Amino acid sequence: MRGGERAADACPAGGGVTLPVEAANLGSNGVEDIDLQIQSLIALSQAGDRAAYGQLLALMAPRLRAYFNRRLQDPADAEDLVQETLIAIHTKRETYNPALPFAPWVYGIARYKLIDHFRRRGVRRHVPLEEAGEILAESDTEAGATRADLNRLLARLPARQRGLLEDVRLRGLTIAEAAPRHGYSEGAAKVALHRTLKSLSASVAADED
Amino acid sequence: MKTEDLIAGLAMEPGFPGPRRMERKLFLWSGVGALAAALLTVLVLGPRPDMDQIAGVASFLGKAGYTLALAGAGLWLARRLGQPGARAKGPLLALVLLLVGGLIATAVELAMIPAGERAAQLMGHSAMICPLAILGLGLLALCPAMVVARRLAPVRPAAAGAAIGLLAGGLSATAYGLHCAETAVSFLVVWYGLGVLATAVLGAAIGARVLRW
Repeated sequence: MRGGERAADACPAGGGVTLPVEAANLGSNGVEDIDLQIQSLIALSQAGDRAAYGQLLALMAPRLRAYFNRRLQDPADAEDLVQETLIAIHTKRETYNPALPFAPWVYGIARYKLIDHFRRRGVRRHVPLEEAGEILAESDTEAGATRADLNRLLARLPARQRGLLEDVRLRGLTIAEAAPRHGYSEGAAKVALHRTLKSLSASVAADED
Repeated sequence: MKTEDLIAGLAMEPGFPGPRRMERKLFLWSGVGALAAALLTVLVLGPRPDMDQIAGVASFLGKAGYTLALAGAGLWLARRLGQPGARAKGPLLALVLLLVGGLIATAVELAMIPAGERAAQLMGHSAMICPLAILGLGLLALCPAMVVARRLAPVRPAAAGAAIGLLAGGLSATAYGLHCAETAVSFLVVWYGLGVLATAVLGAAIGARVLRW
């Protein structure tokens, strides 16, 4: 990818930052509070810590890769877009307001790059606006979800429904396993889960307005 | 090239800047343009004749308050539109309030004077010059602001350009107020408003081309 090569030429190899293992392998401990980690990396980077900045970009790369891979056929295209998006994150980093959540900002950039990609190809494709937190939740290393954003939404649910949803959707239990833990029959759990997801997506939609 | 190498390369440069740097830059550079507009207004057009009287200064300040508020809404809106994932609800609401408030004030002012004098009140003495002067002076603020705005990341470049135009127009309208001795609220809202609107439209046309990324 041309833009990437230019950036690399300006900074000869060898002097790159070394990425601590925690950052690269975040996926292995899915409970990591990634939002908090991102915020602290940004704060460090604002204080001039370039390694922290590199870690942040390295943290984003697998998530962007998963995002684009899911939406494009060709992994090479997806990798180009990962690089373009990383470059855009870099060149547009001034526009990020640290008082706001990071996920919607990254998601906005990735989505813009995806639309741009379709436009260049002459493809007319609608790219729906999704919950921005998805971009942090998605990762080809199956990393932790965007806990802060997600928790905010989940907090609006009644405790029982919330517990059920977390067990099924986040911890990966089957409905049959999860239902008795929250006092549901299997059939009732299915209905409750369906309603919960509906009300969640309604409240996300309300947030979008 | 490999993505890891790219990341290592990018991380050679400074990371995230401190907060509000973008706002400060936009404010600074459009402000430089506004100062140039103010200087041009005073030196070429001349200050309004009643500037040495309290009434004149009060009228100038009142008009400046409104046009600066428009510029402020433009700055706020440009910042939001230039930030992926941000919502522009707040600044849009502020803008609507300013416009609706202005129109209500205009209606009230015109309703309070005899019907036969309304046209004269609204047209003042310089209705035809005012919007053009504001648009012309607006270019002085629009150009530097647009250059800085290229650092923004607007998902809708034309809308962000319009916001930059609103900022520039509001500032140039303030500068033009140094010269213009019209005191009617209706004149301010309609003709100054038209000048600011024209600058915003120009900003949208320019933004659609130069604010892509």
